[in-house]
Amino acid sequence: MNEAVRKISENLWGGRDELEVLTFDIAGEMFALEAVSVQEILDLLPETMVPGAKAFVGSVINFRGKVIPLADIRLAFGMEATKPTIDSRIIVIAINIGGEPVLAGIRTDKVHEVTTLLRAAGEPPPSVGMRWRPDFIDCLVKRGAEFIILPNLQAIFSAQHDHSATGASHG
Amino acid sequence: MSFPDPIAVFRTEAAELLEQIEAGLLDLNVNLGDKDQVDAVFRGLHTLKGSGAMFGFDALAAFTHHCETAFDRVRKGEVPATRELVTAVLEAKDHMRALVDTPNGDHEATGEALLANLRAAVDGANNPGTGVFAKAAPGQNHFKIRFSLPQNAMANGTNPLPLLDELRELGECEIVADRSAIPSLELLAPTDLYVSWEVELLTTQPRSAIDDVFIFVMDEMQLDVTTVEPAPAARTPAKTQAPAAETLPAAVPQVVAAAPAAQPAPAATALVDAKQKKASENVRVPAEKLDELMDRVGELVIAQSRLSQLAGGSGDLQLRAVSEDVERLSGELRDTMMVLRMVPVTQLFGRFRRLVHDLAHETGKTIELVTEGETTEVDKSVIERLADPLVHLVRNSCDHGLETPEERRAAGKPEAGHILLSARQQAGEVIITIKDDGRGINKERVRAKAESSGLIAPNANLTDQELYQLIFQPGFSTAQTVTNLSGRGVGMDVVKRTIDALRGTINVTSHVGKGSEISLAIPLTLAIIDGLLVRVGDGRYVIPLSAVEECLELPIEEDMRSRGRSFISLRDSLVPFLRLRDLFRTGTKPDPFQKVVVISTGSERVGLVVDQIIGDHQTVIKGMSKLHHDVATFSGATILGDGDVALILDVGHLVAEGQQQEAHLRAAG
Repeated sequence: MNEAVRKISENLWGGRDELEVLTFDIAGEMFALEAVSVQEILDLLPETMVPGAKAFVGSVINFRGKVIPLADIRLAFGMEATKPTIDSRIIVIAINIGGEPVLAGIRTDKVHEVTTLLRAAGEPPPSVGMRWRPDFIDCLVKRGAEFIILPNLQAIFSAQHDHSATGASHG
Repeated sequence: MSFPDPIAVFRTEAAELLEQIEAGLLDLNVNLGDKDQVDAVFRGLHTLKGSGAMFGFDALAAFTHHCETAFDRVRKGEVPATRELVTAVLEAKDHMRALVDTPNGDHEATGEALLANLRAAVDGANNPGTGVFAKAAPGQNHFKIRFSLPQNAMANGTNPLPLLDELRELGECEIVADRSAIPSLELLAPTDLYVSWEVELLTTQPRSAIDDVFIFVMDEMQLDVTTVEPAPAARTPAKTQAPAAETLPAAVPQVVAAAPAAQPAPAATALVDAKQKKASENVRVPAEKLDELMDRVGELVIAQSRLSQLAGGSGDLQLRAVSEDVERLSGELRDTMMVLRMVPVTQLFGRFRRLVHDLAHETGKTIELVTEGETTEVDKSVIERLADPLVHLVRNSCDHGLETPEERRAAGKPEAGHILLSARQQAGEVIITIKDDGRGINKERVRAKAESSGLIAPNANLTDQELYQLIFQPGFSTAQTVTNLSGRGVGMDVVKRTIDALRGTINVTSHVGKGSEISLAIPLTLAIIDGLLVRVGDGRYVIPLSAVEECLELPIEEDMRSRGRSFISLRDSLVPFLRLRDLFRTGTKPDPFQKVVVISTGSERVGLVVDQIIGDHQTVIKGMSKLHHDVATFSGATILGDGDVALILDVGHLVAEGQQQEAHLRAAG
């Protein structure tokens, strides 16, 4: 176990033993993001498609007078698309891309709560037995019978950003 | 209200003065007999010295004093203006800048050397003189004038500043304001005048000319005029205070704060006549405050369009009336705001004269720089970002483009090389051109270099334009020798990167032996533009109105025609069109009557086929997120009245994309 703890990405925990996170559902999996990076939780907003953009950030929304991209994390994890429900929300986060803070919205199926996760319950993503790219996940935290996924947004967004030239064109 | 730091204000002012001095010197260098330029340089030096002393830049004041002395002698005709003198003062000017920037630095040695240069330049032309100020020349009268106006003079519509100006017109004149009567702030009435003036005047005019100046206020004022025998020393103390007096529009609190750029208080403003306006009403504002204001205006415009939409949908006439008022006001506010952000390219071009002057020295070439279209106005932020690339282009022209005088003579060209720097506005873009009459770009050498560095395949089939664009590749240089100036291959890629970032284009034309011309076309990206709102499929898009030429319905027969030929004939000329529905892959059914919006991009006209033209829309440009920087079709986004986002089409890139698609279709048959 000790060895496993050491492997947990330090850029997320930064030496802390506890982490305040916001938990939410996407396509049946529970995710969590550090609460301080969350700017706001919004009801679904009218989206504007951006022709020619990658599917991952295929549309933009009006966030308080700012035009920000709406990201679909499901595409990064290869998950099934889900229909918007009454519980669907957009989480607006600030992430650092290329040294600049960038606001982006993330489509979620349901937002749960702000909670505290313990580092002791965390595990690095397994290198086998997972259909997701391991570098897209900072760590998995066990809570009860299920795992909460802490995605590495920086890696996810940067991957989309860097591979923009080769990225799949959006129809 | 906060007052700017007086030192910072002085620095800004000093920078401007130094620029003026430099411009004057460079003009003088071209025409050594130009009396006006001598005067201009002298005035600049004089003001710099005065305000420098006032703000505690003593080293600057002392140093500038010597240059001023030298120019004063030129001005009086004691010493002729020589190129050596101009060069010496130009160098001294750089030293002054250093003294302004780091007043406490160790500048003494440099200063001494420069002064020695200066003395040599002056003495070389004439024997050394001693006096700073010449005595009154024969036929000149030296008057000492003291005058004060009644305290309520300004309330009665008298403005003392034009009087001072008129005195200045009579001859050389030193004006000192007597501020001793200004009461403390709580007792000060802003409309009252507490200042009186002492003026020393050297003029060829008789005494009656002075009386004429005051003819309209004579009855109420006190005026003492005494004639003095020429006594140069008497005038010296007045010198350092003169600039302070000149910027005293009235006894108002700002003036007490001794900020040279103090604007007249509102009460005084009303009294300032038109003649005075241009000088005294300039207010310096930090750029970020302007940007903040721009943001607010942007939000206001969005809120206003929502209001119009609400008002339009309701039958309430009063609401509509208010909404229309707000619409008009916010439109005017926006227009005013845009003008505030625009600055003429003069500022930008001005600095190249010095650059070319220095380059001519370094390379031993004779170079004449001609500038055109300096009044063309461009958004301030664009100007700032253009400076760097232009420096590289001008350097390149001077160093690589122009030949040495011997080579030019041999080629049968005039010895002096010409560089033309011009700016003009064209359909929502500003075109900046750098043209030289040098040797031109050697296509074979570019090709050989590109092949050897693996940029292009050997014998690749390239158009001239494609070949020229290679010079903007990083590390690309055909220069055989690396000089101090250029040839290292950095520079041109900086140009390319900056222009790309501004979403502009670079166009190169060149003729071997005749010269090259590089044009930069940069969109006038302002924070707010007028746009045409259109619908394509379910999406709404904004086309910049400045690019729109006309709108028409797509004739059904043209619409039905095969895709291989997408042209409409418009008054006997063929205009290709793009179906935005296809380009955007909307996947919806087209509206029965398709519309064509004809836009022009530089030389080309292109029609954009849309489903519906919704109308004119004032658009606040919001930048696209970094995550969307790969999407070149859109230059930005905007928020519509109902809160939805509409994307703004980047006309130039869209046409390029459309042309590719056309080419594909043609290739596919």
